Amino acid sequence: MGLVRRQDGRQETGAPAGTVERRRRGRGLEDLVEQLRDPDPQARRWAARDLAAHPEAVDALADALEAERDPAVRAALLDALAAIGGERVAERLVPLLRSEDAALRNGAIEVLQGLPEAVAPHMARLLADADPDVRIFAADICRALPHPETPSWLAALLARETHPNVVGTAIDVLAEIGGPAELPALRAAAERFAAEPFLAFSARVAIRRIEESAR
Amino acid sequence: MARVMIVDDAVTVRMYHRELVEALGHQVVEAENGIEALEKALGADWGLFLVDVNMPKMDGYRLVREMRAGEELRAVPVVMVSTEAGPGDREQAWAAGANFYLVKPVRPETLQAVVRALAGEVAS
Amino acid sequence: MTEAQTEAERGACTEPVITDADFERFRDFFYRKTGIYFEDGKRYFVDKRLLERMRATGHTSFRSYFTFMRFQASGEELQRLIDLMTVNETYFFREEYQFRCLAGPVLDELLERKAPGESVRIWSIPCSTGEEPYSIAIWLLEHWPPIERVDVEILASDIDTQALEKARAGVYGRRSVQRLPQALLRKYFEPLPDGRWRIARELREAVDFRRVNLANPGETRPYRRIDVIFCRNLLIYFDDASRRQAAEVFYDALNPGGFVFLGHSESMSRISSLFRVRRFADAVAYQKPV
Repeated sequence: MGLVRRQDGRQETGAPAGTVERRRRGRGLEDLVEQLRDPDPQARRWAARDLAAHPEAVDALADALEAERDPAVRAALLDALAAIGGERVAERLVPLLRSEDAALRNGAIEVLQGLPEAVAPHMARLLADADPDVRIFAADICRALPHPETPSWLAALLARETHPNVVGTAIDVLAEIGGPAELPALRAAAERFAAEPFLAFSARVAIRRIEESAR
Repeated sequence: MARVMIVDDAVTVRMYHRELVEALGHQVVEAENGIEALEKALGADWGLFLVDVNMPKMDGYRLVREMRAGEELRAVPVVMVSTEAGPGDREQAWAAGANFYLVKPVRPETLQAVVRALAGEVAS
Repeated sequence: MTEAQTEAERGACTEPVITDADFERFRDFFYRKTGIYFEDGKRYFVDKRLLERMRATGHTSFRSYFTFMRFQASGEELQRLIDLMTVNETYFFREEYQFRCLAGPVLDELLERKAPGESVRIWSIPCSTGEEPYSIAIWLLEHWPPIERVDVEILASDIDTQALEKARAGVYGRRSVQRLPQALLRKYFEPLPDGRWRIARELREAVDFRRVNLANPGETRPYRRIDVIFCRNLLIYFDDASRRQAAEVFYDALNPGGFVFLGHSESMSRISSLFRVRRFADAVAYQKPV
């Protein structure tokens, strides 16, 4: 009893004894795609993780993501898509901003935030979407998108936006990432929404931060 | 005085709600998402949670479900504060276990009235 | 006059300053990225390091540096800042409140789910030069009586083979062992003529040290049926995607109901929602759902 080491040789890497996992099932592309529909969530998770090495599996992964309910399998599917990246991943994830499922939507937003090149071409359209919720989520993507254009996209949105909650999100994100170039749009918004206490407050905060920071 | 948790990923929203809640004499703790709220909340007594719906990592619905499923935070009143005004959104909030649902942007007097009703006010 | 000119002129005649608003914005940004929050009292510490990086990258104003760092697609500059803002040294019994939590409620709860004769498996990653896994071993031998009847396996991994060599050799300088009570130092170490200390052979032989790259699924896949993972002060150095992947590795490695401990300034709230937050008297741990 006490401290034990189930250990054979002294090899540098590899399995500690007693941990070798038997994988009986095929790990080729087709097998893995098939296993995305396995009744066992563990099998679906492992299939998703292994598919991260197959860029041609984007559609299979995205289809599975839309149908998946298990949070752990979902996380693995989102990670696989993030690891593959590229235009097709962005095309498949952007429509999920319309999902009623908050967890799925937020998972998609996180992955999109990591794909600035692939997401940038979608942003103008998303920020002008007819649905204010989609505009809010698009502004949320800008919060952590490492792309130099994000402040100017938000300023343009702010200049034409009428929905108070979209305005609020745009101001909040600009309070974090905006610079002096965005001040005119923020000042105009502060004036237009002076009667809305929250928006007036958040615009003041954003303007103060940028001004003091630029001084 | 009650301790009030404000959970929202938008920094200006947290600041705004903090001012309104502190004006009633309560003490405020802020969190950026549901997980952080749980990390900070467990082990203390709470008068009220103000919870946004859309947040990264753990959204507001899931936070409330986890609060209701655990022992410690089961009875803490929760006000969900959301940008979404559809009937389905309210239903999700009730199903998760929220006590009140406010649509953003919230009028200051509305938020304070709800906080007063659920957590009281400290005479100053 | 363009902004660039203004900045160049200002830079030429004065030292760049970091205003209160700069500090606030940086603090919010850094907090969002890492979960580390700088209180106002840390202002001097933060300013000093920001100014250092501004000089190194040739930025004469905070604003231009901040823009550069935030929008850099590689995230390299942010990593440099994180390195500077976090002090990472390892020594015996570092953050010992977590060991107290392990040897109390965490192992008690895990034992309830174990069949008789089943061992407890603990994985220390990154184990660096061995202080953490050896600390766990000593702590359990000293403070966890069930070790008399339960087998405990300690697995320890790091990506750095040189660190692993040192861990296996188990020889430590005074700094590493200064937090250890004298009695334990004498009990588990032998003094060497050069003033250093070597950990007892039984402990060296009890810990399984192996090289593992957390980002390589082939190397982490053998780690299964783990009960507790210590992964302290590593994930803050990873970007968002790598952090999520690391959390997935831990999820797959753990038994249902198993626990993860992170470093004291780290929070799972920036990493993954796969785990349940569990707050014990001494520490927060993250549990894989049962």
